[in-house]
Amino acid sequence: MRSACAVAVLFASILGTGFAARGEASAKGPINVGLLVPETGPLAANGKDMINAMKLFLEQRQNKLGGRPVTLVIEDDAGVPATGLTKARSLIDGNRIHVLVGPLSAAVGYAIAPYVTEKKFPTLFPIVSSEDLTQRKRSEYIIRTGWTSAQPSHPFGKYAYDTLHYKKIAMIGYDFSFGWEVAAGFQRTFEDAGGQIVQKLWSPLGTADYGPYLAQLKRDVDAVYAIFSGADALRFAKQYADAGLKGKLPLIGGGTFTDEHVLRTMGDESVGIVTALHYSAVVDTPANKKFAEAYQAKYSQVPSYYSEGTYVSCLALEKALESVGGDVDDREKLVAALRKVDLGSAPRGPIKIDSYGNPVENVYVRKVEKVNGKLQNTVVHTFPSVSQFWTYKPEEFLKNPVYSRDFPPCTHCQK
Amino acid sequence: MNLAHGSYFLLGGYVGLTTAARTKSFALALLSGSLAVALIGLGMERFFLRRLTRQSLPQVLLTMGFALVFQDLALLVWGGDPYNIAVPAFLAQSVQAGPVFVNFYRLFIIGVAFAVGVVLWLFLERTRAGASIRATVDDAEMAQGVGINVPLLSAGVFALGAFLAALGGVVGAGFIGVYPGLDFEVLPYAFVVVIIGGLGSFHGVVVGSLVVGLLDNFGKALFPELSYFTLFAPMALILALKPTGLFGKR
Repeated sequence: MRSACAVAVLFASILGTGFAARGEASAKGPINVGLLVPETGPLAANGKDMINAMKLFLEQRQNKLGGRPVTLVIEDDAGVPATGLTKARSLIDGNRIHVLVGPLSAAVGYAIAPYVTEKKFPTLFPIVSSEDLTQRKRSEYIIRTGWTSAQPSHPFGKYAYDTLHYKKIAMIGYDFSFGWEVAAGFQRTFEDAGGQIVQKLWSPLGTADYGPYLAQLKRDVDAVYAIFSGADALRFAKQYADAGLKGKLPLIGGGTFTDEHVLRTMGDESVGIVTALHYSAVVDTPANKKFAEAYQAKYSQVPSYYSEGTYVSCLALEKALESVGGDVDDREKLVAALRKVDLGSAPRGPIKIDSYGNPVENVYVRKVEKVNGKLQNTVVHTFPSVSQFWTYKPEEFLKNPVYSRDFPPCTHCQK
Repeated sequence: MNLAHGSYFLLGGYVGLTTAARTKSFALALLSGSLAVALIGLGMERFFLRRLTRQSLPQVLLTMGFALVFQDLALLVWGGDPYNIAVPAFLAQSVQAGPVFVNFYRLFIIGVAFAVGVVLWLFLERTRAGASIRATVDDAEMAQGVGINVPLLSAGVFALGAFLAALGGVVGAGFIGVYPGLDFEVLPYAFVVVIIGGLGSFHGVVVGSLVVGLLDNFGKALFPELSYFTLFAPMALILALKPTGLFGKR
C-alpha cells in the first residue's frame, strides 16, 4: 500500500560537530526529528506541503537547531490510523528520533496520542485540530502549533452577526468530527449573539454530487455556511455556483474551505467566499512576507496552512531547543520548554502556547479575491490573541460535552 | 473482476486534464484520455490477464496490484492537488427553468451516458461482433469451437471497457474533479451496479445503474443521515432475494 518511505538525511557540516566551543550538546551528534505525514492516499498533496515547509525551514537554518545538526526522518502514514501508529512506533523506537512532528489526519492524531503519552514523548501537532486533544483528553506531551477546529469559528460567529448582519444561516458540512466541531463553534457564538442556525446538513467525505444537498438547502436564509476541504471544497464551490446559488445566497465557511491548498486549483466560483482561519498566505506580517516569498521561490506555489503550521512547529522547536541548550535527551525538560513557547513573530503573527498545549493566536476573517489574476484570501478583519476557549472560562467550557453533531443542539432547525 | 477499473477512470481524467490544459480543447481531452487508457487496458490484457483466463482469484489480486501501481504513478506524475477540468463555455452555464436551475454540463453527462448506452446496445445486439461477444460470455469454449477468435475478442472487449471507463473519467472530471482516491471512490459504484444487475448482462447494467443512481440521490435527499446505507442496503436486499442479481444467469 505504501510507497517507499522517504528517508531524507540532510547532511550536517562536519566542522560543526568538531568545535568544542559549541558546548557538550553538539558533541552528542545530531538531533533526530521525525515527521509523520501522508505521502500517499487522498491527503498526499497536503502532506507534501508539510514536508516542503519542513525542508525549507531546515535549509534556512543550514540544517542546525539549538547548535546541533538535524537529521530529518520522514514516514508515510497514508492518512490511515493503524499505519500511523505503526510508523510512529518505528520512528520513536527504531529511528531513535528525539521529537515527533505530525500527523495531518485527526484520526491518526487520536491513534498515536495514547502511545506518545505513554512513552512521554515530545510531540508537536501542527495540523490536527480535534478539540479534545488539548481539552478533555489532553496529553502533557502533545503541544499543538496549529489550532482547534472551533478556534476560528468562535470569533467568526460573532462577526457574521455583528458585522455581516446575518440573522439566519443554513449550514452544510462534513459528516465527521472535524465538520461538526467547526460548525458547532460557529453556531454557538452566532446564536449567543442573537442569530439563528435554521438548518444543518451533513454530507460524507468524498461526496461526488452535492446536487441532492443543494436541493434541500433552505433559500430563505441570509447566508450559507459550509465546511469542507480539498477536493470536496473544490466540488462544492463549483456545484454551488452551477446551481445558480452564487450571488444569490452569500457563501461563508470554515477556513479550510478556501485555504490555499485548494484555492490553488479553484476558479472564479470561489470569489467572494468569506471564511475564518488562523492563517492566510497574504497575512501582512514581515515574517509571513519572508516565509511566503521563500516558499513561492522554492516550490513555485503559495504556502497553505499545512505548510505554515509545520513551519511554526519548526519555529517552536527551535525556540524550545535554544532554551534547553540543545539537550534533547531530557524529554521532560524539552516538553516543558515546548509548552512555554512564545513566538513574537511567526508568519501568522504572535503565538503563545496556553496551559492546555494549544496556541493563543490571531484569527483572520478572509475574503476570496482575485488580485493580479490570482485568487487569494484577503484579510478583512483580525481578531487578536484568540484562545481555544474564546471568551468562555476554560473550566466552564470543559464542563460541556465536546462539540458534536448534536451539541450545541439545533434549537431553530425545523424539520 | 477488474479492480483496476476505477484506475482507468482516474487515469482517463488525468490524461484528459493534461490535454485540456495544453490544447484548450475538451474534445481532444475526451479522445486522448479514452484512447490512452484503452491502450493501457490492451497491454494489461495481452501481457498479464491473458495468462489467468478463468482464474478469478489471481485476476482479482493482479488487478488490485495494478490499481495500487496506477494510484502511486498518478500521484507521482500529477501530484496530489485536486483539479477540475475546464469544460467548454457553452456547457458551463446554467439556465433557470421555473424554480429549478439546470446546469448544461449535467445534461451533457446524461446525454453522453444515454448515447454510450444506445451505441453499446446496438453493437451487442445488432452486429456480428456483438453476437460473438454474447456467445463467448455464454460459453467461451463452444464459441472457440465454432471459429470465434476468443483471445482477440477478449482483448477487444477489455480495451473497450477501459476506453469507456476513461471516457467516464474525463467527462466526470468536469463535474467531480480528478484527485487521488477518486479511483477507489468510483469503484464501489461500478461494482454495486454490476452486482445488482447481474454479471454478464447488459440489461442488468442499465437497470442497475438507474436503480443505484436514483436510490443514491433520493436517499441522500430524503435521509441525509443514511447516505452510505442507501447505496448498499438495496444491494444487500437484492442479493438476499436473488443471489445472481436482477438479470444474472449464473
